[in-house]
Amino acid sequence: MAETLTAASSHGEHAHGEMSFWSKYVFSTDHKVVGLQYMFTGIFMGLIGGFMAYAFRMQLAFPGVEVPGYGLVSPVDYNALVTNHGTIMIFWVAMPVLVAAFGNYLIPLMVGADDMVFPRLNRLSYQVFLLSAIVLICSFFVEGGGFGGAWTAYPPLSAQSQYNLTPLGSSLWLVAVGLEFVAFLIGGINFITTAMNSRAPGMKAYDIPMIVWMIVVASIMFMASVGPLLAGAVMLFMDQNIGTAFFDPDRGGDPILWQHLFWFFGHPEVYVVLLPATGLVADIITVFSRKKLFAYRTVLYTVFATGVLSFTVWAHHQFVAGIDPRMAHVFTVTTLLISIPIAEMMFVYIATLYGGSITLTTPMLWALAFIAEFLIGGVTGVFLGASGADIYFHDTYFVLAHFHYTFFPIAIIGFYAGISFWFPKMFGKMMNETLGKIHFWGTVIPFNLIFIPLFVLGASGQHRRIYDFSHFPNLSAPWQQDLRILATSALLVMLAFQSVFLVNFVWSLWKGRKAGKNPWKSNTLEWTAESPPPHGNWSELPTVYRGPYEYGVPGRDSDYWPQNEPN
Amino acid sequence: MPTGRLAVWMVVVSEIVVFGGVLASYIMHRLAHDAWSVQAAHTNMWIGAFNTFVLLTSSLFVAFAHKAAEEGDGVKASNFLWMTVAGGTTFVIVKALEWTSEITAGYTITSSTFWSFYYTAAGLHALHVIAGVVILMIIAMQARKQMELHRVELIGIYWYFVEIVWFFLFPLLYIAK
Repeated sequence: MAETLTAASSHGEHAHGEMSFWSKYVFSTDHKVVGLQYMFTGIFMGLIGGFMAYAFRMQLAFPGVEVPGYGLVSPVDYNALVTNHGTIMIFWVAMPVLVAAFGNYLIPLMVGADDMVFPRLNRLSYQVFLLSAIVLICSFFVEGGGFGGAWTAYPPLSAQSQYNLTPLGSSLWLVAVGLEFVAFLIGGINFITTAMNSRAPGMKAYDIPMIVWMIVVASIMFMASVGPLLAGAVMLFMDQNIGTAFFDPDRGGDPILWQHLFWFFGHPEVYVVLLPATGLVADIITVFSRKKLFAYRTVLYTVFATGVLSFTVWAHHQFVAGIDPRMAHVFTVTTLLISIPIAEMMFVYIATLYGGSITLTTPMLWALAFIAEFLIGGVTGVFLGASGADIYFHDTYFVLAHFHYTFFPIAIIGFYAGISFWFPKMFGKMMNETLGKIHFWGTVIPFNLIFIPLFVLGASGQHRRIYDFSHFPNLSAPWQQDLRILATSALLVMLAFQSVFLVNFVWSLWKGRKAGKNPWKSNTLEWTAESPPPHGNWSELPTVYRGPYEYGVPGRDSDYWPQNEPN
Repeated sequence: MPTGRLAVWMVVVSEIVVFGGVLASYIMHRLAHDAWSVQAAHTNMWIGAFNTFVLLTSSLFVAFAHKAAEEGDGVKASNFLWMTVAGGTTFVIVKALEWTSEITAGYTITSSTFWSFYYTAAGLHALHVIAGVVILMIIAMQARKQMELHRVELIGIYWYFVEIVWFFLFPLLYIAK
């Protein structure tokens, strides 16, 4: 297909080439456009999710106050806000940005293919995803408002509208989540088949960049875990709307069943979004420490081990739900076991840094922050994985702070690491480093100031999903309220600093320095294409001669060795 | 592995866990509720057995269609695919008649958790049969024009999957009393 546009004019303007604006940007089957569509939709949903966090954190710090820009947060509003904040951040931010945006954009470029193997399926995947986002947003505006039964949707709270008070919102929420799963199942088929069948000549399994491996493993895990929850969603939908009683204990159902179906998917899901983030961190730290990835094969086997183990840990979410204590022991053991491969991955990354020529660019800072912050999330998880300690910590802010210390590094830090690293490839311009570093420190410092106080509050017994703590005398000591105000203030600072990113993004698109093909002197194949790559990526598809991490090879003049360079 | 076959296998994997979720839930409930056997006694094993026979036969035709497609004979493959379509349609019609008689006898989806599972699991399966029949018809029409013959194998994989799901549903819903 003829590509008549130059790099500078291909973005933001109507195309003057053969394709109209609509077929180029809206109904495109090009993997790069689909990837960017996923990314911008994810960013947009992230803004909504962040705004929700702002509204309910304000209510927690200053109960009953008119929240500027939102108004009074009623108890029903509060439930809907926390529910949809969680849902959006995981299913409409972490998934589309980490798995779909980077997966779509990078997999064909990194394995040397001109597009995904099923381009139209790819477009369908995004369209279903967009539909799911629209359904979710619509659910905020129906009678009763958005679903307020918590993002885990435990019945009977989620099944019966006299409990959750959001009769329509809860069904629309289920429909949206179901559509979102379908979108990612369709997309995952593409990721796996492309990585398996469309690699450049010469690219063997151990020559595949880590992020591609990780997205493929994540897609397989998603495919093998989401089914029971889809089935559960159908059952819950029927409980809500046609009066079946799958999860209603009064009429012979079993509410614990939902918890099993939900967490059988829900726990692998953590690793589904974690793996792409660790993959892109591997690619970034090797580039900016000019060193080979320490123990490529070990990392890969670790990923497989994580993938298998992640299917055996789900009931650690249910230690206090009435499961057999003997089963709790089993799940304690598997849960603590899974910290070993993850810890190993972190050590491998630190070993990669050791002795390298480290450059602290913005993407490198984000990658290092990922390792540091995720470690805190991982270590606090050990307390919760042990069933004895979890009985105390269950459903407190300790749990909440723990999983924000995992999901924030994954979804937000991982996204910023990836976008600041691949921005030159995606748009042909460099991002501004100074603004990037201001944004980095303005995000990471407040992030810790939000969640360290919440660890302390959680350890002091503060429960989750409570609208107004002043109703609980032993949770409303002045020091506790001070910590809540500290967390909320830090959130306000962090949200304000995100504007720096948006300014940097737009400014760099418009005025940024031209990037050239390979601004970071990286080895992987995407850097051998034009920036941004044209439709079809290369005029002549590349051939691969070596692995992706040959940096600083002794006896060579240059300190990198692109995968496609014949010796 | 050819890309198309790989993709269909992935669809099958993600479907296996969907049905796996429903059936595991059903089995766990069933083990905990002995009383369900009384309700399960109302299901008609002979209708279920007839439908099993119909599905098995239709799968045989898919295998013949695959063989014909491998030999490059699109018309023959198409004929066999239409016989499979006939099998799938028969299955759905019998299912509809069976459900009609049960609903008129008062056993609806809300009667009890057993009946909820009965209609959900079999209904989900029937939807897959209907989808399979639609795809079979499209591929049969293409095969007659010697187009996309490799797709005959792909719909075959899917059709066997639908059949094997029924092999789990039939004993669980009809035979175990």
